Amino acid sequence: MSSAEDNTKARSLQKASTLKSEEYRERMTLFGLSLPAVLAILIVVFLPIFWLSSLSFYNAAGALSMENYERIFKSALYRRTFVVTFQISISVTVICVLLGYPLCYWLTKLSDRTAAILMVFVLVPFWTSVLVRTYAWLVLLQRNGIINSTLMSFGIIEEPLQLAHNLTGSIIGMVHIMLPFLILPLYATMRNIDTDLIRAAIGLGSSPRGAFWRIFFPMSLPGLFAGIVLVFILSLGFYVTPALLGGGRVQMLAQRIESTITVYSNWGAASALGVVLLLLALVMIWLMNRVFGLDKLFMR
Amino acid sequence: MEQIGKRKIDGMWLTVVGIAVLFFLILPTLIVIPMSFSGASFLEFPPTSLSLRWYAAYFNSPEWMSATQTSLIVAVTTTVIATPLGSLCAYGLHCSTPRIRNSVQALVIIPIVVPVILIAVGVFSLYAKLGLNYTLTGLVIAHTAIALPFVIVTVMSGLKNYDFDQELAARSLGASRAMALWTITVPQVKFSIQTGAFLAFITSLDEVVISMLISGGDNATITRRMFNSLRDQLDPTIAAISTCLIIVSVTVLIGVQLIGRRKNIDK
Repeated sequence: MSSAEDNTKARSLQKASTLKSEEYRERMTLFGLSLPAVLAILIVVFLPIFWLSSLSFYNAAGALSMENYERIFKSALYRRTFVVTFQISISVTVICVLLGYPLCYWLTKLSDRTAAILMVFVLVPFWTSVLVRTYAWLVLLQRNGIINSTLMSFGIIEEPLQLAHNLTGSIIGMVHIMLPFLILPLYATMRNIDTDLIRAAIGLGSSPRGAFWRIFFPMSLPGLFAGIVLVFILSLGFYVTPALLGGGRVQMLAQRIESTITVYSNWGAASALGVVLLLLALVMIWLMNRVFGLDKLFMR
Repeated sequence: MEQIGKRKIDGMWLTVVGIAVLFFLILPTLIVIPMSFSGASFLEFPPTSLSLRWYAAYFNSPEWMSATQTSLIVAVTTTVIATPLGSLCAYGLHCSTPRIRNSVQALVIIPIVVPVILIAVGVFSLYAKLGLNYTLTGLVIAHTAIALPFVIVTVMSGLKNYDFDQELAARSLGASRAMALWTITVPQVKFSIQTGAFLAFITSLDEVVISMLISGGDNATITRRMFNSLRDQLDPTIAAISTCLIIVSVTVLIGVQLIGRRKNIDK
C-alpha cells in the first residue's frame, strides 16, 4: 500500500522534474530565435568597438603602453577638444531644459486632444533627417540669412552677426535637434501625474506655486532626468551638426576622432579618445538605468 | 482678486513660451520647403520668384539619382531583413527566462545610445579587413545592426501588452508552436511590427555618420553626398532633396500615428 503510494509520488516528482527541465529546454530553444539578431548586433556594433578600444593600449611600436592616453591628456589640442565638448553639451542640455520644461508643463494643462495635435510640432522635427534640419539652420543663420536681415531691418543690429560657422551656430542647431529627446520622456512622465494631487494640495491651503514646486515638480523629475541624460549623451558624441554648423572651427570629440583617423591616420590616439567617449556614455547610461530604467524609457 | 490676476499672468507667460518653443521646433524644419521652389540661383527666403528648377536639377543629375537609388535599395533591404529578425528576437526574449531577458535587453538597447561615431569607426575598420567598405552588402549589414534595436524594442513592448494565454490556448487545442505564433500572436502584435519596420526604414534612410565612412564611389548614399556638398557650399538643390526627404519622413510618421490610432480603437 505505502510502497504503491511512494511509487506514484516518486513518479509525479520525476514527472515534475522532467517537465521543469523540458520547460527550461524550451525556453532556451525559444531564446535561440533571438540569436541571429543578437549576434548581428554583437558582431557589427560591439566587436569592432572592443577591438578599437584595445588599440588604444598599444603604442606606435606595437608594445603595450598608456602612451596614447598620456598624449591625449597632455596635449593642449586634445584638452581643448574635451573642454569644448563639455561646454557645448552642458549649454545644449541647459537650454533644452529651459525651453522644454515650460512647453511640456503647458501641454499638460491643455486637453488631451489639443495636446496630441500640438505634439505633431515636436514629432515632425523628431522624424525629420538631422541633415535636413542642419541645412535649414545653415541657411537661416548665414550672413545674409533671414535672422540677420530681420534683426537689421528692425534696427536692432547694424552689422550682420556671425551666427553660423562657429560655436553659437553649433549650439543653436544642436538645441533644435536635441529638444525632442528631452520633451518626449519628460512629457510622458508629466502626463501620468495625477492632477487631483495638485488640486488636493490647493484645497488644503497650498498656493498654486507651492503646489507646483512641492508636488508637480518633484513628480516630474524622473522624466526630466531621463531627458537630460539622453540629451547629454547624444550631445557628447554628436557629429553631423557641429561639423557643418561649426564650419571647421568647432571640434568636438566626435569630429576629433574622425579627423584623427581620416586625416592623420593615428588610430592609437583616435581609439584612446573613443574609449574616453565610450566610458562617459556608459556611465551616463548606467546612471539613467539606475534612475529611470532603460526599458521604461524605450518601451512604452 | 490679486491672486487670480497673478495666476492669469503666469498662465499667459506659459502659453507664450509654449507657442514660441513649438514654432522654434517646426519652422526651421519646414522652411526648406518654400525655399526649394525658389527661382533664384542662390538661396533666399522668402523666395522672390517660383520655379521647379531645383527639382529639375535634382532629378536630372545622374550623381544624385544614383545616390537616391543606393539609399532606397539599402533602406528597403535593411527593413526587409531587420523586421523579421528583430521580431523573432523580441519573441524569443519575451519567452526566455527573466534573467536572460533583462541582460540581453540591455545589450540590445545600448547601440541606440552609444555614440554613432564609435560604431562608424569600428565598422569602417572591420570592413577594411573584410573588403566590405564601399559595397551595398556592407551598408545593408551595418544599417541592419543599428535598425534591429528599434524593431526589437517596439515589438517587445507590443508583446508586453499581449495576453500570452491566447497562444497557450491555441496550442492546447492542438496547434503547433509555429502555427500558434503565426496565426494567433503575430496578427495581434502586427501594429508593433509595422511600427518597427517604419523605424528601421527611417533609421537606414537618414543615417549619416556610418554611411559617410563606409559608403562611397558608385555606392555613396544620399546622406553622404548631401553631407559632403553642405561642407563646401549651400547648393539650393539640397533644398529640393530635403523637401523630398521631409515628405518621406512625414508619410512614415503619419503611418505610425494611424497604426497607433487603430491599435487604440482595437483595445
